Amino acid sequence: MKAHLSRRYLFSASHRLHSEAMSDEENHATYGKCNNPYGHGHNYIIEVTVSGQVDPKTGMVCNLVDLDGFMEREVLSRFDHENLNTLQEFAGNVPTTENLCIQIYEIVHRGFREAHLERVRLEETMMNSFEYRG
Amino acid sequence: MVYLTRKAEFAASHYYDNPDLPPEENRRLFGKCNNPNGHGHNYVLEVTVKGEVAPRSGFVIDLKQLKDVMRREVLDAMDHRFLNKEVPEFLHQIPTTENIAIAIWQRLVTKLERAKLHRVRVYETPDLFVDFYGEA
Repeated sequence: MKAHLSRRYLFSASHRLHSEAMSDEENHATYGKCNNPYGHGHNYIIEVTVSGQVDPKTGMVCNLVDLDGFMEREVLSRFDHENLNTLQEFAGNVPTTENLCIQIYEIVHRGFREAHLERVRLEETMMNSFEYRG
Repeated sequence: MVYLTRKAEFAASHYYDNPDLPPEENRRLFGKCNNPNGHGHNYVLEVTVKGEVAPRSGFVIDLKQLKDVMRREVLDAMDHRFLNKEVPEFLHQIPTTENIAIAIWQRLVTKLERAKLHRVRVYETPDLFVDFYGEA
C-alpha cells in the first residue's frame, strides 16, 4: 500500500529581498520592510512529504534516520544560521521563500533516493507558507 | 464536493520489531524504537471525509455519527493501549505510523454513512505524520 510520510524541520536564517534588476525605489516599493539593507531573519519550518509503498519488512515508506540524515547534511547544514543572500544558491536570485522552497525541493529531488518526493512546504512565519511540487 | 475533517487524540505505546530478522538487524533498522518494553506517543488522528452537502441538513456527514464511529472503531481500541500486544492488526505487523494510518483507514472505510473517506492522517509527533488515501 502506498502512504505519504511528512517530516518537519526547523532552521533559522536571515535574508534581504532586493533585486539587482530594479532601481532602489522599485525595490523599496516591491519589497517594503523586507528591502532593509541590513536584512532580517526568520525561523523557517520545512515540511517534506515523500511517498512510496510501505515495505512489509519494516512497515515504513522510508527509514526516518535516512531522511533526517539527508536533510541535516544537505539542507539544514547549508542554510541554518546563515545569511541567505551570501550563499551561492542566491547569487543571482532573490532569496524569497518561493525561491528558497524551490531550492530545497531541487536538493531533495536530486539527492534523496529512498522514497519519491511529493512536495516541499516551507513556512516563513506562522502566517505564511509556500509549497512546491516540481 | 466538500471535505470535512475531524480530529481526535489517543495515547498509546509501541515498539518496532520484525521477528523474521535477527536481533542485531532489528536494532540497526529501528534503533531506539526497538526497545521491547515499548515507548509511547500522543497520536493525533485527522479523518477527512468528502461528499456533497445534503440540501436538507446542510451536512456532508452527521458529525455525531463520524465522532461515534471514530470513538468505537479507533479510540476504544487504541487509546491507552500497548499497540503490539492489544490491537489485533499489530500482533503480526509492526505498528509504524504508516501501518497505523492504514489500519485506521481499514477500520473506518466501510463504516461511514453518506460521505466517503478521503484521507487518514496520523501524527506521531507534531513533526512527523503519515497520510493514507486508500491507495494500493
